[in-house]
Amino acid sequence: MERHILVVLPHPDDEAFGLSGTLAKHIQAGTTVTYACLTLGEMGRNMGIPPFTNRVGLPQIRKRELEEACRAIGIQDLRMLGFHDKTIEFEEPELLDGSISALLEEVKPSLVLTFYPGYAVHPDHDACGAAVVRAVAKLPANKRPRVLCIAFARNHEQAIGRPDVINDVRGFLKQKLAAISAHRSQFQAAELLGSKALTDKELQERYGTERFWTYRFN
Amino acid sequence: MQPINTKAIQQRIDRMKDQDLYLHLELTTGAYAAHLDSSKHPAATFVSNAVIRYTHGSISEGDGPYRVGLKMPQGWVYSEGLTHYEESDTERLIMAGHDSRGKLVVALQLSREPF
Repeated sequence: MERHILVVLPHPDDEAFGLSGTLAKHIQAGTTVTYACLTLGEMGRNMGIPPFTNRVGLPQIRKRELEEACRAIGIQDLRMLGFHDKTIEFEEPELLDGSISALLEEVKPSLVLTFYPGYAVHPDHDACGAAVVRAVAKLPANKRPRVLCIAFARNHEQAIGRPDVINDVRGFLKQKLAAISAHRSQFQAAELLGSKALTDKELQERYGTERFWTYRFN
Repeated sequence: MQPINTKAIQQRIDRMKDQDLYLHLELTTGAYAAHLDSSKHPAATFVSNAVIRYTHGSISEGDGPYRVGLKMPQGWVYSEGLTHYEESDTERLIMAGHDSRGKLVVALQLSREPF
């Protein structure tokens, strides 16, 4: 069992698709989860159809959606770090890495979950993963928690191989779907579930497995 | 205009930080976008000669098109899709993004004097 998992992701909703089932599974087993969400996704383009908010209102709406998703998953400790959406790659490295180092020092996680730098498509994802890897690499080798990364760039398996951690989360689809649904400004029901409700089997196929790559520091 | 050299751009970004600068920032899909393809939403916007000051800035790594972010005391300047810059204009930083047909889509320019 993991003692304490630290999740570091840049946008509200990044947690929902990629690892909410894994977190729910660990939490049920007794693990504490700290989720550091770097931004409020305030530059997101989805505002509902028809739009029910605007650039000014979006951050508060996404903050509430994030809090609801965390409740659905059972995350005990949510930290919103206050960086600005789309700017993670441009942030002052001392500031960004420093905030992650401070969390590593404070919660001393046994496991860290983030995006695989270079293989996570969105510049904020890649920059977030890179900052986590830099911060963990600063720890002495025998003090480093294991780092598991999400990758989904085109052709990523050619570069980093097959995922070495494959979690069956079919038993935690209730939490996962509730987490996804919490982000209602971002995911229209039609976009998420198609025009008709998916069968249990279709849901399990689409959302029942979560894949991670262990980051190798050497 | 020449294809962007990230090292040259980064040096210029560093040289222009912590001072008042005139900003020209522009994005356009072209005035004929919807006429030529009705599925396209025509959009264009520019800010010309706004005065800004940034404390930290950088250009993205990789092969481009490039992104630039400039951190200001109260906010950010961000631009994506940059492909070219004016190498000969050493006093100003003039960058643009041109599409596959050579048309300007985005521009980010900084100068100590108004444009």
